[in-house]
Amino acid sequence: MPETNLKTVLDILKDDETGVLTDWIEQADEDGAKRSDLFSEREERDQAASLLRAFRSGVRDGYRDGDFDLEDDYWADLRGILAEITYERVERGVLPSEMASFVLSLKVTMFERLKERLKEEPDRLVNEILLVTKAIDAFAIYTTEVFIREREQVIERQRDEMLELSTPVVELWDKVLTLPLIGTLDSLRAQEVMENLLEAIVAKQAEVVIVDITGVKTVDTQVAQHLLRTAAAVRLMGAQCIVSGISPKIAQTMVQLGVDVGEVKTRSSIRNALTDALTAVGVAILPIERLDRVTAK
Amino acid sequence: MNAASIYSVEGILLVSIRADIADSDIIDLQDVLSQRIADTGARGVVIDIAELDIVDTFVGRVLAQVTSISKLLDAETYVVGMRPAVAMTLVELGMYLPGNRTALTLSHALARMREDGLTDDSAG
Repeated sequence: MPETNLKTVLDILKDDETGVLTDWIEQADEDGAKRSDLFSEREERDQAASLLRAFRSGVRDGYRDGDFDLEDDYWADLRGILAEITYERVERGVLPSEMASFVLSLKVTMFERLKERLKEEPDRLVNEILLVTKAIDAFAIYTTEVFIREREQVIERQRDEMLELSTPVVELWDKVLTLPLIGTLDSLRAQEVMENLLEAIVAKQAEVVIVDITGVKTVDTQVAQHLLRTAAAVRLMGAQCIVSGISPKIAQTMVQLGVDVGEVKTRSSIRNALTDALTAVGVAILPIERLDRVTAK
Repeated sequence: MNAASIYSVEGILLVSIRADIADSDIIDLQDVLSQRIADTGARGVVIDIAELDIVDTFVGRVLAQVTSISKLLDAETYVVGMRPAVAMTLVELGMYLPGNRTALTLSHALARMREDGLTDDSAG
């Protein structure tokens, strides 16, 4: 059993490490993968050198069974280094395509050298080129995967933050709470909103709750359902729920959708809702001059 | 019946349900409570479920039934002290308890009943 099917590749990497490295970086520059505004030449050289070293050890051990699989343990080093470099570059604003073409540039360098060394053996040449192509392509794809994974984590984190940010329960007055809803109301958020609101009712001993949907873009049957359920839960807790911020347009859609709000109080603006809520807890807002007259009486 | 107690306060029947109440107890409670309403001529009932942290459709149905029975006997029923998790479960189960009146706490319910003239001294 041969040690590796990529003997020539391995030899090239062993004998001519510096040459390959230099050519590779030059090639990458030509292919437009160089971003000297984002990372220095020195950094690029260091990164490329560590990649090459990992590539060499991968080639030495990773082809024993004649097949290539980036998930093999032999390639763990290379995967780690690739991921590290990708993270670093992505953070500085390098595009995923630039990262991929940086890796792919290694092909040209390797092919030229292979052609020279295997002039006499075309069969082997084709064979090694095929294998090396497969490997380098896999590296490039891997960098893209890392990039996407990183992006997805960012999205996930932002989604969580949004979920928390968008459900604040505000105490407007003694026993009066308001919940300004913003954006869309899907099932997950609706659940979160309801939970926060009910906990706040207990904590503040609130008697009236204003759910303001001025910031909700669209109200479909599902959103309406969530709103009504929230209102029902609030009532079960012993508080009153007013839904405010129903624009004329939303009122029209709700009627067209056949949404029946039942006994839930609805108001067009939070201003009207506030007046109602304050009346319910026995408080009024008056102009100061009138207040003087009232107290004088 | 030992999982719930009925007290008479200002002519109002106060029922406190304990956390470990069993289904059979609830049936008993319904029985005893309707008898007490008829005997005392109470015009208000307050069911305190603050200790209850688990409800199912059965409890929900009994609550609704007690309310209807009380109404037939000319008494208003307030359910008070419901926990957030319980409220969410009931809504999830589609049990909105439309006939019940609700209040945050016992004192809220009593205050409102006084306003409505359901207590003894206010009626007196």
